[in-house]
Amino acid sequence: MKHLRAINKKARRVDNYVASLAEDVVGLQNNQNPTPQQRPHVPMGCALAFSPGWEVDSAGGTAGLCQPVERDIYDCYVTCFWPSQVPDHLNNYPDWASKCAAATKDWRNLDLVFP
Amino acid sequence: MLATETRTYRLGEFHKFEGGGRQFLYLVPAGAIFEVDEGVAAVIGALSAGEAQFDDLLATLSDRGYAFDDASELLREMLFSRAIVTGEPAPEPVESAPAKFPLQSLVMNLTNQCNLACTYCYEFGEDKVATPEGKPKFMDIETAKASVDFLLKESEGRKSIHITFFGGETLMNFPLLKEVVAYASDKAASQDRFIDFSLTTNATLLTPTIIQFLSDNSIGVTVSMDGPPELHDKLRVFANGRGSYDIIEPRVKALIQGHRTRPITARVTLTNGVTDVIRIYRHLKNELGFAEVGFAPVTTSPDRLYAINEKGMGGVLEQFKLLADEYLEHALRGELHGFSNVSETLGELYQGVNKSHPCGAALGLLGVGPSGDIAPCHRFVDSDTHSLGNISTGVDREKQKDFLDRGHIGAKYDCHSCFARPLCAGGCHHEAFVRYGDTGHANLHFCDWIREWTDTCLRIFGTISAQNPGFLEQFAHRKGLD
Repeated sequence: MKHLRAINKKARRVDNYVASLAEDVVGLQNNQNPTPQQRPHVPMGCALAFSPGWEVDSAGGTAGLCQPVERDIYDCYVTCFWPSQVPDHLNNYPDWASKCAAATKDWRNLDLVFP
Repeated sequence: MLATETRTYRLGEFHKFEGGGRQFLYLVPAGAIFEVDEGVAAVIGALSAGEAQFDDLLATLSDRGYAFDDASELLREMLFSRAIVTGEPAPEPVESAPAKFPLQSLVMNLTNQCNLACTYCYEFGEDKVATPEGKPKFMDIETAKASVDFLLKESEGRKSIHITFFGGETLMNFPLLKEVVAYASDKAASQDRFIDFSLTTNATLLTPTIIQFLSDNSIGVTVSMDGPPELHDKLRVFANGRGSYDIIEPRVKALIQGHRTRPITARVTLTNGVTDVIRIYRHLKNELGFAEVGFAPVTTSPDRLYAINEKGMGGVLEQFKLLADEYLEHALRGELHGFSNVSETLGELYQGVNKSHPCGAALGLLGVGPSGDIAPCHRFVDSDTHSLGNISTGVDREKQKDFLDRGHIGAKYDCHSCFARPLCAGGCHHEAFVRYGDTGHANLHFCDWIREWTDTCLRIFGTISAQNPGFLEQFAHRKGLD
């Protein structure tokens, strides 16, 4: 450590512990701008959402995911600025999801759209 | 969604001290010592008034010219070393010792007889805990061998182990001592292990032959001695009241002259009227030539005539500090000083000990009496109340557990807010029993004294680390603490 200098054996153990935290590897680590403590590099875009649904569960299906696979459709539809493969609710299809109050139960009521 | 967490910071548990013009923190729950810079001191200053937010602390540092990255790094370092903490104050959990703790040292009381009749003796005096009636007065060779076998068995896994010979007057059973040294050395060598020996004696029975034997076998010797004749003879007397100084002086000189393999140390018991620490030190160190001199106040009920009162202990502390300053001067020149109360404490500070118990009694150390009865340490030998079993039947684990549970720092609530607890852990079990009738009672009569002495030793440690750090390396392998 820079501001606290270890001068006995126990303090050196604390020092080593703190150093080991700084050298730890973190998810999405950014090595281009190393800081004393590694912080995650947070990219913009849907990669930061980590929504289940694009994935499969341990059995290879979608039943065991922690959130229903259908919920994911709203991640693209509502929260993301990036144009994706869901209807555009701002201009052309504002009522696309109006019959679907809870995606888990009502996903079958989502309208099909034909651009 | 991303949320910004607002955390409140407050001071962790530490004792701040200065030495050699630098600032230090003794982090109490860990026993760690850090030298700290101005920024850390500024944060501590800011938090002394109470809690603060991260941004407030950043502003404090920014005012002192710290850039953002450096300031947050500083706060992070303080947080991880627990100089500052977040959240609600909660007591640190105290670890218990492992259920099976390998023995390291055995104190063998070769006899409970003594040729002196020192007034303050904890074995024979008014506050004695021993109940030797009807028990053997001298240990026999079978019990001694069984004790050695017991030590070897119970210390499994340790490469080096230790036997201390004790009494009564140890040398009243010198023939047995010789046999034990031979037997234990052979046994240890056959297991490819190392054993060493030491003894405590009143020096009255030393002869050239004995001194030669002690030197040849590298046996460490501690002499119980209280200073120059007018102080020594006050309480260290024969049964007829005659002082023992004249008898031991030539023998001590011969011992120091003739025993070349281990440094000879003196152990002084301070009593009412025998508190002239500096004079005692000068006599034992400079005039007689002891390598080291250690002091301890007598263990006694407070109403005994020889008990030291609070004022007396204050005087002892002042003299301890003067000798400690002298120790520091020596250390800065790279020279050894013989005041062992300082070196013992520096050794523990170097390691950063954080004790669950005040000493190794009933953990790594046990005492065994002439009858083969096992005691937590030599001070409890021959006491039926405190017996932890017998060499022939082994340690009574329930009694051992009870003793250790009582003595554990976690059970001494008075200690929980004290910065000296990593070293003191409530103080001597025997002292506690004599004073309070409970081995697990904190020795509250010494608290202020211990805190001030610990602070003195911390300042010495800090100063040496700043000005002559190499001196501290001698403590790296002391007392098997590493």
